[in-house]
Amino acid sequence: MSEVPNELKYCDSHEWISSVEAGVVTVGITDHAQDQLGDMVFVELPEVGQTFEIKGECAVVESVKAASDIYCPVSGEVVEINEMLADSPELVNDDPYGDGWLFKIRLSNEAELDSLLDADAYQAAIDA
Amino acid sequence: MTMKTVLNDQHRTLGGRMVDFAGWDMPVHYGSQMEEHHAVRQSAGMFDVSHMLVVDLAGERSRPFLQYLLANDVARLKTEGKALYSCMLNEQGGVIDDLIVYYFRDDAFRMVVNAGCADKDLAWIKQQAASFAVTVTARRDLAMIAVQGPQARGKALSLFSSELADATAELSVFHAATVGDWCVARTGYTGEDGFEIMLPATEAVALWQALADAGVAPCGLGARDTLRLEAGMNLYGSDMDEQCSPLEAGLNWTLAWESETRDFIGRKAVETKRNATDNKQFVGLLLEGRGVLRNHQKLFADGVEIGEITSGGFAPTLQRSIALARVTAGIGGSCTVEIRGKQVPAKVVKPPFVRKGKACINLEG
Repeated sequence: MSEVPNELKYCDSHEWISSVEAGVVTVGITDHAQDQLGDMVFVELPEVGQTFEIKGECAVVESVKAASDIYCPVSGEVVEINEMLADSPELVNDDPYGDGWLFKIRLSNEAELDSLLDADAYQAAIDA
Repeated sequence: MTMKTVLNDQHRTLGGRMVDFAGWDMPVHYGSQMEEHHAVRQSAGMFDVSHMLVVDLAGERSRPFLQYLLANDVARLKTEGKALYSCMLNEQGGVIDDLIVYYFRDDAFRMVVNAGCADKDLAWIKQQAASFAVTVTARRDLAMIAVQGPQARGKALSLFSSELADATAELSVFHAATVGDWCVARTGYTGEDGFEIMLPATEAVALWQALADAGVAPCGLGARDTLRLEAGMNLYGSDMDEQCSPLEAGLNWTLAWESETRDFIGRKAVETKRNATDNKQFVGLLLEGRGVLRNHQKLFADGVEIGEITSGGFAPTLQRSIALARVTAGIGGSCTVEIRGKQVPAKVVKPPFVRKGKACINLEG
C-alpha cells in the first residue's frame, strides 16, 4: 500500500507538492510512482533559475527499468534542487516525501494550486 | 491467453511484480531489482526460467540433423552431457534464435530455446527434422530453475538427492548430468557460476521452496537482464533477430566454419560476408557522462551517426551505465550517445563488463 500524506497536494502524473512557504513549494514524486518505477539510478534535475510553465517537462527520473519525465506541477522559477540525488538517486525510493525531494519552485501563479488533487483524490486516482 | 509457469503462485506469494513476457505472466522483480542483482553477484539467486522451452531430439540421425540445423557444430560435443551455444539461422543468414544444445547420446540431444521464439522454433525444427527422421518433442512437462551466484552450486548441492549430488558436484563448466527425470547443467546467463536445473514440473515447487529456505534469493526478469548485460551476453530480439547477421552481433565465435563440407542452414548467405570489411561491429560502451544508456539510443562520432545501442542500462555491479551497440566498421575508442537531444561521451570497450563479481573493463577515464 502506497503512502499518500494528507498535508500534500498531487498531480495525476504522480508528482507531489508541499504547502507554500514564502511563495515557494517543494516538488517530488509520490511513493506510488517510485514503487512503480523501481530502483532509481539517475535523476536529471532542472537548473536553479530555470522557469517552467505548468505541465512542462522539467526533470527526468531513471530507474533500472526506464526513464520517466517529470512534469512541473505549477508554473514558476526553480530556486533550489536536491543536490544529494546526483550521488544518491535511491533517496527517491527510500524517502520519496523527505530526502528524496526533487526541486523547489517559486510560484508565478498561486491560483494554479487550486487545480491540484488532494490526498483523497490522488488516492482514488491510483486505485482506479 | 496469458501462460503461467508452475511457479506462478510462488511468485505472487513472494510479492513478485508480475509482467507479461512473451505471453507469460512472469515476475520482473520481488521488491528490488538492484538487491536481486547483488544477491547473484555476491551470494546466490534463483530464476524461474520455465517459460523457456526444452526441445528433445530422438533418432539415429540426430547429430547430422543438428549439424545441418545449427551454425555451431555439434561435432564438438563428444562427451555425454556436454553443452554448446549456437545460433539457428534462416536461409538468409538471419538469426531465428540462439540456444543451448546438450549431447546425451548419439540418438538423444536436447535444446533449450527462448520463450519468445518457442512456437516458431518448434515449427522450424520439426519442418527441418522430417527428412532426417528425427523425432522432436516439446517438453512442457518440465520446469527450469536457474540458481546462480558464487554460493549457488553449494546451496543447490545440499538439497539434491545423494545420487544427483554425486553426479553434479564435480560437473565441469558447460556440462550437464542427468539422473532420472532431472537434468542439471553448469550453465547460466549471469556471468556467475551456477546451475540450470531442468526437472519435472510437478517437483519444481518443492525445489523452489527448498532453495528459498536455504537462503537463495528469488530474482526476476529485471535482474536477469542487468546480469546478462554486465556479462556481455546477447539478448535475442534486442541484440539480434532474423534481420541481423551473427557477424554483426558479436557472434562470429559461434559460427563453425572449419568443416568445409558441412552445409548448415544459412551458411551460404553468411559466408559471403564472412571476411567483409564493411560488416558492422558489435561493441560494448561505458558511459562517461551523466545519464543512462538505453536501447535504440543513437551513437555519433565527429557529428556523424555511426550506429545504435541494442541493449543498454545501468550496471549495478559497476554503478555505471553500459551498453551493447552495433556500429559501422572502424569505430575508434570513443563516441557520443544522443540522450534526450544531448551528446554524452562514451568509451568503446570489449565485453564482458563483469565476470564472477569483478569488473573486466577499465572504469577510469
